[in-house]
Amino acid sequence: MRYHLIAALSASAAFAGASFAQAADLEVTHWWTSGGEAAAVKILAEEFNKLGGGDKWVDGAIGGSGNAARPIIVSRILGGNPMGATQLNHGRQAEELVQGGLMTDLTELAEKEGWASFIRPKSLLESCTFEGKLYCVPLNIHSWDWMWTNPDAYKQAGVEPPKNWEEFVAAAPKLKEKGIVPLATGDGWQVSGMFNVLTASLGGKDLYIKVNKDKDSEALRGPEFKKVIQALADARSMADPGYVGRSWNEATNMVMTGKAGGQIMGDWAQGEFTAAGKVAGKDYDCLPGLGDHPVVESGGDAIYFPKNKDPEVTKAQLKLASMLVSKQTQVAFNLAKGSMPIRGDIDMATASSCMKKGIEILKNPDNVIPSGDQLRAPDTQGQVESLMGEFFSNPDMSVDDMQERFAEIMESAH
Amino acid sequence: MAGNKRPVALFRNLNAKIAALPMITTVLVVFIGCTLWTVVYSFTSSRALPMLNFVGFDQYTRLFGASRWAISIKNIAIYGCLSLVFSLVVGFVLAVLMDQKIRFENTFRTIFLYPFALSFIVTGLVWQWILNPLGIQKVVRDLGFESFNLSLLTDRNLVIYAILIAGLWQGTGLIMALMLAGLRNIDEEIWKAARVDGIPTWKTYVFIVIPMMRPVFATALVLIATGIVKLYDLVVAMTNGGPGISSEVPAKYVYDFMFGWANLGQGLAASTVMLATVLIILVPWMMLGGRPNKGKANG
Repeated sequence: MRYHLIAALSASAAFAGASFAQAADLEVTHWWTSGGEAAAVKILAEEFNKLGGGDKWVDGAIGGSGNAARPIIVSRILGGNPMGATQLNHGRQAEELVQGGLMTDLTELAEKEGWASFIRPKSLLESCTFEGKLYCVPLNIHSWDWMWTNPDAYKQAGVEPPKNWEEFVAAAPKLKEKGIVPLATGDGWQVSGMFNVLTASLGGKDLYIKVNKDKDSEALRGPEFKKVIQALADARSMADPGYVGRSWNEATNMVMTGKAGGQIMGDWAQGEFTAAGKVAGKDYDCLPGLGDHPVVESGGDAIYFPKNKDPEVTKAQLKLASMLVSKQTQVAFNLAKGSMPIRGDIDMATASSCMKKGIEILKNPDNVIPSGDQLRAPDTQGQVESLMGEFFSNPDMSVDDMQERFAEIMESAH
Repeated sequence: MAGNKRPVALFRNLNAKIAALPMITTVLVVFIGCTLWTVVYSFTSSRALPMLNFVGFDQYTRLFGASRWAISIKNIAIYGCLSLVFSLVVGFVLAVLMDQKIRFENTFRTIFLYPFALSFIVTGLVWQWILNPLGIQKVVRDLGFESFNLSLLTDRNLVIYAILIAGLWQGTGLIMALMLAGLRNIDEEIWKAARVDGIPTWKTYVFIVIPMMRPVFATALVLIATGIVKLYDLVVAMTNGGPGISSEVPAKYVYDFMFGWANLGQGLAASTVMLATVLIILVPWMMLGGRPNKGKANG
């Protein structure tokens, strides 16, 4: 310990002598705390510390989901105690912080390194841009539109593993007979996320855009959308009562161990399968777009850099930003996390068959849909989440009632 | 000096007034100032940052139209009424039992008071584990009662009672301790007099002791009432508002909209309604509560 300290001191002293610069400790806040996520964030920290110059990654993990972490992050920035860098989902979550001039401008760096030429799809950079300037670094693409199933669970129940949502629903009674939960899920954002997936996968891209982006009254009250809500009602009857308070990785674990047939969850669930040493196609199956409409959401995680007074921190911020989009980091991080890289020009040969399916879908821009975070302000998201929670927990709430109230929320959204 | 004959009222007890200045400033700036700020901004369409673009009663219309707010109000009403009644009754009965000169009184008092030393977060987690299907339910089933079902936490109609149980478990010990102190303050002579007159024990409690313990009850009432309005962390730890939104409470609505979902206006409107409700209950109570003290001073 002591030798390390001395070595570090003399190294930083030497460095300071050479360039008259001090190194900065860069505190990075995030909510990557599950097994696969923690492995991924460790890679980022190691890469950053390896860059040299004495800058250090100080890990500021905040437990709980994004819903628990975001208020802490936002109030720290608003309260004048900004961290060096922070995770947020790209989209509208940081909209007002950027408007308020609280974020570091990355435009110069992005132009120098030519980010626009390799980052795809284009919407990733667009959602980081405000009035022509760039304020965040997209780190990965996370797509919600996946279903993860355990083929063994279906074999036990004596049915074929499902290849789409309709088969999944049809097989549910057989699973229940065997005491297997057909659909593993948690509550809160997991239910509202599942609903978005059902909209895009069963209703298709057009309906998804009409409902969430155009907020089209006719589509919101139409029969097509009613089918989607009916599907959520089916999901309601397929979940077990223990879903209350269950975290997403617990639900993934149910699928992994054969206690549940399947789970609708974003591709971060894949990180859990990988961390547990499971093999895609053998131990688990994946159905992008629930096997109906192959779509991927272009949402994901982005790193924002709140403005700091210390110029050394700003330097370290730019260094980290440049590192995050580099080829090496993109490959290592995304393999660990199970997400898709933001650049198309890197070799992902070692990726699992599921991730390769996702990258394949991503190649066709027609398959790419904007994420819920990109389309809805957090306020609307919150109302939708409350409504979904109410519907999912109350079997007496009718599909029509739900459709009417969902339409009201979307029509009054800003 | 001219002022010697008729000292200006302002300068009477000057030291005491100077000493009270910081507190007066705090009250004016922090309590009243922030309350006014809250009320003013509840009429704006502020989102993540406070902005003065007034929208009239829009936030309130939305608030009273939201089913989540309606559920929150219903829950706090159930929790409030029952927790008030049970805390007082159970607390008083425990104190009476404890007052019967029993053996190991210290031990019992410690046991009953111990939960109060735990935070609501810990209380919530402990009860979440107990009421979880793998808690009591599993124990009873393992004993042979296969069909035993305890689904307090997962039943949307019962979940608020689960929170109530945890809240009572945590808070009743303190009420008991207060009541016990009150009972010990009753003069032994009164008991002797009652016995001489042949009044049954329960009548002595109800008609003599309880009226004499009025100040203790008032203190207990204030403590319980603030606990009800503040109810937040217990819910977050136990159910996080679930299943769905069945165990939401007003304080959580405020927090979620202000910090989680970046709608300051909506959160402030909700907290203004909470404040108004408290005032509606508090003001008449304070006006009524003022009288007996004056009477006491006169008599």
